[in-house]
Amino acid sequence: MEINDFIKCVAEQYEEVDAQEFTPDTKFKTFEEWSSLTSLSIIAAVDDEFGVTLKGDDIRNATTIQDLFDAAKAKV
Amino acid sequence: MFCSFKDLKIAGIAAGVPKNVVKSEDLNLSADYDAAAFIETTGIRERRYSNDFTTSDLCCAAAEKLIADLGWEKSEIGILVFVSQNADYILPATACILQDRLGLDKECYAEDIALGCSGWVYGLSTIAGLMSAGTVKKALLLAGDAKRRAEYPLDTLMGFSGTATAIAWEDGAPGFKFHLGTDGSGAQAIIIPDGGARNMTTLHSFDMEEVDGKMINRLTPRMDGMDVFSFAITVPPKSIKKLGEYYGFDYQKADYFVFHQGNVIMLNKIIKKLKVEPERMPLSLPYYGNTSSASIPITIATQLKGKIENKHTKFIGCGFGVGLSWGTVAFETDSIVLSDLVEL
Repeated sequence: MEINDFIKCVAEQYEEVDAQEFTPDTKFKTFEEWSSLTSLSIIAAVDDEFGVTLKGDDIRNATTIQDLFDAAKAKV
Repeated sequence: MFCSFKDLKIAGIAAGVPKNVVKSEDLNLSADYDAAAFIETTGIRERRYSNDFTTSDLCCAAAEKLIADLGWEKSEIGILVFVSQNADYILPATACILQDRLGLDKECYAEDIALGCSGWVYGLSTIAGLMSAGTVKKALLLAGDAKRRAEYPLDTLMGFSGTATAIAWEDGAPGFKFHLGTDGSGAQAIIIPDGGARNMTTLHSFDMEEVDGKMINRLTPRMDGMDVFSFAITVPPKSIKKLGEYYGFDYQKADYFVFHQGNVIMLNKIIKKLKVEPERMPLSLPYYGNTSSASIPITIATQLKGKIENKHTKFIGCGFGVGLSWGTVAFETDSIVLSDLVEL
């Protein structure tokens, strides 16, 4: 699992934010578009792409995409 | 765990619901998540809801209809299992009340099983085990959830239903194959904190507190949606694959995949993981919402009526949720009786 693929995967779950805006330091829950649905989309997409299932606490405890990536990587 | 039972079949299914329809388009949600977004996400267009009937009232009506449609003698029914998380009373068990209400023989085995979304599969396995080891040839599985133990604002996902499933002994019938599992570490994922013996009902049970942006009290169910979603998209497909591997059959050859009706995104993920086309996954969710342990039987009774009664049909059923608990069953039907929907 590579951070750049992971960022792309998370970015694809946002319709109103330009994919170029996403970096490891992006605080992914601060976008106006963020909702509980986005979180489910991210869980589903990460599960699809990387075969890793994030849980509620992984999303809740993460601030940046890097945090989320680290949580996912720990499950591999 | 795995278990299988031969010489048994599902003879018929009936579903009972309140007449009262609640339409999702009338939901008053928030500006960024309106009724249209809700319908798209959950797949739920309408549900049945009424506090005029308990789960057992709906199950009882469904059972009466089913027994009549099957032409069964009530005296032949030797097992009654009631699966619900909304029993009529704290005690006695609702199954005992239903034995009398349905006019079943006093030589009848009756028990409650307090499971939710996985409950129909568990009830079926309990009945199959008892029938395989004893003398009973006809049994009733009554499953569902309706009127709650405490009044709280109606959840936007849940619909009320009580179902009846008739199980019969038949020499040579293919029977049932089960895979059943539990992960109690996820107990908090869906829970009503107060009202049981761990946290007794006190005046503080009625204090309102904010949970996920909603004001609810401690007698209201609360759900960690993300944890439940993670569970639902991973464990059920694995359970179905395991069942096929263990018993050496190709699960993809089933005619229908009938799952607990949680939400449509979840169900689409599961069917995709199984590499099965969604047309073989009937949905009652749009019309009845999430009906807890009733969801598998109500889906068969309402969505497959007129399609399967006269032909041999292979099913995979999978219930999963509160517990956390899950169960997969493979079964086949031949000339199954599907009663008309019973509306109270």
